[in-house]
Amino acid sequence: MIWQIEIIVLLIVMICGIGAIMVKDLLGAAILFGAYSFMMCLLWAIMGAVDVAFTEASVGAGISTVLFVAAVFRTSRRTKD
Amino acid sequence: MKIFKIVIVLLFGGVLIYCTLDFPSWGDPQAPASRHVSPRYIEKTIEETSVPNIVTAVLADYRGYDTMFETIVIFSAGIACIFLLRVSKRKKSGLQMYRHVPTGLTLRIEEGYGPPPDSRDFERIDLMWVPYDLIVKTGSRLIVPFSQLFALYVIAHGHHSPGGGFQGGVILGASIILFAISNNLRLSFTRISEKLAVLLCGLGVIIYAGTGILCTIFGSNYLDYGALSKILGVDVITARSHGILMVEIGVGICVMAVMVLLYYNLASAGRHDEGL
Repeated sequence: MIWQIEIIVLLIVMICGIGAIMVKDLLGAAILFGAYSFMMCLLWAIMGAVDVAFTEASVGAGISTVLFVAAVFRTSRRTKD
Repeated sequence: MKIFKIVIVLLFGGVLIYCTLDFPSWGDPQAPASRHVSPRYIEKTIEETSVPNIVTAVLADYRGYDTMFETIVIFSAGIACIFLLRVSKRKKSGLQMYRHVPTGLTLRIEEGYGPPPDSRDFERIDLMWVPYDLIVKTGSRLIVPFSQLFALYVIAHGHHSPGGGFQGGVILGASIILFAISNNLRLSFTRISEKLAVLLCGLGVIIYAGTGILCTIFGSNYLDYGALSKILGVDVITARSHGILMVEIGVGICVMAVMVLLYYNLASAGRHDEGL
């Protein structure tokens, strides 16, 4: 295992997670959430849980991002708080 | 107040991180999780089910009840989404927008008028105008069939490689959603209507539960696929492998239909006329 890659991926996970909360634009938050899921998928793959990584890539990074974007399209793009 | 919230979050986060110090380290063979039943699965899966991917065997065979109720959870999520979002009363709007295909002109047509019914030159488009994009449509036309083929491969090949009903169903649903995004919602209703999606999502659960009932009819426990050897004409071990495949097909159909239903309801805000 290359531990440098793991550290970098974990850092990106943290940045994406915090960014998804802080950002005012909800579409941007949805995309950050997709990036977060994809990095989590890489982490699962590093740990050898290939089935979980596959599920995370298809459900987390794929479908849920689309559903978030559809919901943002129908509601408002900016948060109130 | 904001300081108070941050302090609470840091406090709980610190406690959680402190608790993880007591966890067994990653990949520890002496950890409780890898001493109890895991060795049995690792040693016996091939000779009991002839499935090389242990995760699939545990998911669909040894822990078949769990997976069945997971499928039912997904089914209920789809039904709950319909109950929450679906609006039965359709708002009648007299305005209609059409695109004249040969010239690319957009026409705004008042109530009571319309293009000639047998003409193929006009294409109904959404009121919320989106530009016609040839690249997106052609690209999705290339991608959709291959992603559907890949989804079927993931479902059918879940015994040997990572994958299975859940992942394959999600990819199959994603390909249909891609079709709906790149064209429009109205065209995708002609491919998979709401009624068909609801029927499919029930059919998936019925396939799963029906496989279990078939096992009890042939004289063994619920979801013990060994009993299927009498109708499939193979030995007990191969019958368990085939039983896993039947169950995965049910899961795949259910997940695909629920994903499509969620997208239809979210993208059109429950009105099922036009959307993203």
